[in-house]
Amino acid sequence: MRIICPLCGERGAEEFVYHGDATVRRPHPDSSAETWNAYVHLRDNPAGRHSELWYHAAGCHAWLVVERDVRTHEIFAVTLAQDVALARRPVTA
Amino acid sequence: MSTASETFPREIAAPAAAVSTRPAQPFRLAEAAGVDRKNLLDFTFDGQRYSGHSGDTLASALLASGVRLVGRSFKYHRPRGILSAGPEEPNAIVELRDGARREPNTRATVAELFQGLTATSQNRWPSLRFDVMGVNQFVAPILAAGFYYKTFMWPASFWEKVYEPLIRRAAGLGRASGSHDPDHYEKTTTHCDVLVIGAGPAGLMAALAAVRAGARVVLCEEDFLLGGRLLSERRMIGNRSALEWLREAEAELRAAPECRILRRTSVFGVFDGAYGAVERVGDHLPVPPMFQPRQRLWRIIAKRHVLCAGSLERPLVFGDNDRPGVMLAGAVRTYVNRFGVAPGRRAVVFANNDDAARTVADLAAAGVAVAALVDARAEVTPEISRIAEAAGAKLLAGARITETRGRLALRGAVVTDAAGTRHNFDCDLLAMSGGWSPTVHLTSHHGGKPVWSEAKAAFLPPSHLPPGMAVAGAATGDPLLADCLASGAQAGAEAARLAGFQTSLPAIPETDGESAELQPLWRVRGGKGKAFVDFQNDVAASDVALAQREGFRAVEHLKRYTTLGMATDQGKTSNVNGLALMAEFNERTIAQTGTTTFRPPYTPVSVGVLAGRHRGHEFRPTRLTPTHDWATEQGAVFVETGPWLRAQYFPRPGEADWLVTATREARAVREAVGLCDVSTLGKIDIQGPDAAVLLDRVYANNFASLPIGRVRYGVMLREDGFVMDDGTTARLAGDRFLMTTTTANAVSVSRHLDFCSQWLWPELDVQMISVTEQWAQIAVAGPRSRAVIEGVVDAGFDISNAAFPYMSCAELTICGGLKARLFRISFSGELAYELAVPARYGDALMRRLMEIGKPLGVTPYGIEALGVLRVEKGHPAGNELSGQTTAADIGLGRMMSKTKDFIGKAMAQRAGLTATDRPVLVGIRPWDRAARLRAGAHFLARNVENLAANDEGYVTSVAYSPALGHWIGLGLLQRGTERLGEVVRAYDPVRGGDLEVEIVSPVLVDPTGDRLRG
Ligand SMILES: [Zn+2]
Repeated sequence: MRIICPLCGERGAEEFVYHGDATVRRPHPDSSAETWNAYVHLRDNPAGRHSELWYHAAGCHAWLVVERDVRTHEIFAVTLAQDVALARRPVTA
Repeated sequence: MSTASETFPREIAAPAAAVSTRPAQPFRLAEAAGVDRKNLLDFTFDGQRYSGHSGDTLASALLASGVRLVGRSFKYHRPRGILSAGPEEPNAIVELRDGARREPNTRATVAELFQGLTATSQNRWPSLRFDVMGVNQFVAPILAAGFYYKTFMWPASFWEKVYEPLIRRAAGLGRASGSHDPDHYEKTTTHCDVLVIGAGPAGLMAALAAVRAGARVVLCEEDFLLGGRLLSERRMIGNRSALEWLREAEAELRAAPECRILRRTSVFGVFDGAYGAVERVGDHLPVPPMFQPRQRLWRIIAKRHVLCAGSLERPLVFGDNDRPGVMLAGAVRTYVNRFGVAPGRRAVVFANNDDAARTVADLAAAGVAVAALVDARAEVTPEISRIAEAAGAKLLAGARITETRGRLALRGAVVTDAAGTRHNFDCDLLAMSGGWSPTVHLTSHHGGKPVWSEAKAAFLPPSHLPPGMAVAGAATGDPLLADCLASGAQAGAEAARLAGFQTSLPAIPETDGESAELQPLWRVRGGKGKAFVDFQNDVAASDVALAQREGFRAVEHLKRYTTLGMATDQGKTSNVNGLALMAEFNERTIAQTGTTTFRPPYTPVSVGVLAGRHRGHEFRPTRLTPTHDWATEQGAVFVETGPWLRAQYFPRPGEADWLVTATREARAVREAVGLCDVSTLGKIDIQGPDAAVLLDRVYANNFASLPIGRVRYGVMLREDGFVMDDGTTARLAGDRFLMTTTTANAVSVSRHLDFCSQWLWPELDVQMISVTEQWAQIAVAGPRSRAVIEGVVDAGFDISNAAFPYMSCAELTICGGLKARLFRISFSGELAYELAVPARYGDALMRRLMEIGKPLGVTPYGIEALGVLRVEKGHPAGNELSGQTTAADIGLGRMMSKTKDFIGKAMAQRAGLTATDRPVLVGIRPWDRAARLRAGAHFLARNVENLAANDEGYVTSVAYSPALGHWIGLGLLQRGTERLGEVVRAYDPVRGGDLEVEIVSPVLVDPTGDRLRG
């Protein structure tokens, strides 16, 4: 599998470390035990397109959000995780 | 009727033995397209000397020498000869070479001959001609489909002692050498615009089209010559011989600057984004050339891929179709035309297609007598009749071969014609053709299923191909040369266009006339003897029928029950015939029956080439500490800790074992001063206005409050509430921290910090980088450590206890201007420092410290002594930070801040993690002080049975304490903090230990910490 790192270009998957689901979000500290349990332990396993976190360990050390079909390994988009995270939450003072 | 006249071929060349000692090659012909007759090579087979030529395969050289019997079949040990001339070979499986280079299970049909090659037949005992296991064929009924499952069922106790050794001896193929492979292998990656797989007529045209468009092309050919079937046939391309056209095409490709031709290279798999290929760099040589690997693994990354893998001929399924001398018709033409070898002296040709006529013509042209052309079709074209007549072969249309004769070699065949009349022919060669199966393996490596074409009687590539792949040539199911040239040119041009090049279709040369009409014949009914479908695994038509009767009707079940297609050849010659029979017995169509899944590798790939350089010491890179050379000079014994080699202990003459040495080293630290390289601990430089905020969120305890110039011990949790790592972090400036991690977690903590700062809290203004390898760090520990440090620190830096107390840090200079960092931290519990300098000065610093410390009794110590010192102080380390312990479990519960959020805080509150009966950190000492403790022993109360139900925890770490004079340990014990003074058992069933131990505080030396503050 080849992943196009937004910073380094197209590289072999062996340079990257897989982390997991990029759709879960860390709960507020005061959230219920169930919410925390879901965040830490529960994952959907879609057969098809998925949004995942990968880390360019043997490259620039950027965390990436990779849009990928987990059946075919086709990759639709790769974005810096920091950009994705900034876009979806307001910057706190 | 019998045509018994033993007419010999007209033009068989005289034996080429100009050298009198060289064995003759009685079956060598005068003409050969691919063999250098001037270059003679010697080789042996089963100890017998033979000769061949460069350009020969082992198979062609054996045939030239008249050797027909080359192996015994897997199950029945039937005599077998060479069936094919390519990678699909199921019978001629041999061991090559001797000694450490001995390689079992290789195919003689692709083994390139070299001077001095030694080859040995397999699966026979005591000899190929007389094999005692050959009796298996007479007990064949019990060895039918599923025999493993039926025969070796009971009694169960027989499995290990009787059945398994029996099966292994009887069914074993070749023997591994048992020695280290003396050769090396390598891996490489290449990028190109167009990858062309196969250099037959289609592949050559595709490569030419792409190269002419300016594309960067990689052309892979499994064979050692380019040309594919062009080498095997006598054809015309553009008014000249196909061989001449081939020479020109090859010359053009060689001259092209952007074309890489990889011969002897099998593309074995289509992976995601890359194709895998093995180049056999040195397989055709006695020893690989200097600085060259035996084989090279290629990872080829191309924009487009053109698959021109050709097709494989199918055998016909008739009684005793496996005698040595029964050969695929296309292989016969290969041996005659390419290798200049007559595979027999008198042939019968049996086919269901127009290709057969070419076999008759080529044999006749080479001077081999053709007794008969047996065409399964009721009607044949006038062209075929003409060719048979010209060759002097009796044409029998609508006929079948129903019987063969011979034992170690074919001696004759019985043909039953349409009217039921039997014709008996003497022959030593039977060329058969059941049609051609496109080599679609690679097309379905991404899950696409090949599609059955009734019209072509073949599985064609799936409509859903791997991304970027196009198929051309015979692999599409169109085997005619004209079509191959056209589809290759078209696919090559299109691939270049899609890769971004301006292209035009190259001119497609004319070819001589041809036809490939076929009428399927899946088996001959009513014949005599076993009709083999899978030669290598001895699966006959009757086995397929039996499997069907016993209910194994799905293709995958059929495969596993009969083992059809499951041998080393993966059913290259047998899969389609097997499916066709299955369809017939199930009264369904082949399309309904389906096909099995093709998975990589296409042909066997050695484990050595997949490992490449990564074996033995080079399995992974070894990281050496900055003081490694110095430690080596000191006679240190090293140990692997993760990827690092660290000094384990520094033995002195006369010291009996590591324990004596480690005890001396630990005592020196307690009584004088010791030096230890601690550079392997992870170091992360964290900078930015929000650095303190980030640390507060990743550590359970507070860091924002840490003053500049101070160090704090921190513990970080995983988000699930368990301890992740621990270490000290120094504040070098308001916005700059230097974090230390354990050696084991250096990489994962760094990744974790990046995760937190980039993904969880992207708004934080903080940057970090690992500086583990940039700094050498040496621990200077013991009551005399300050004197040693004072000896290197430049004037103007006050390191007195008042000015530089415990948990201080400073950036300073040493040894006259060298920048350094000094930390007053202690893992040993003594007055101690860690001194860091740029890594390149680590060796010099260690030597200087040793020199300065000499009058003070300085002693280098390794990680054994380091472990002793930390166990004495009750510091948790790897064995306690097991990923299953909470901060509270290891006595750090109070460090968890109640006033801030941090990673793992919420989940650490879970009931299971806060339960009061969790095993917690305790110290232990043996009741009998002379006894030796062992880590891993489990805690049991004194008066209970030795049952897992009574388990209360286990011993995590032990050490012989020089300070106390006896063994001590750390462990995790249920409600341990309430049980100080209690005596429990450390039960160790693995090593037969059962000791009474007393529960004590984990901190056994200097519990008040006076020494480290001194
Ligand atoms: Zn990158």
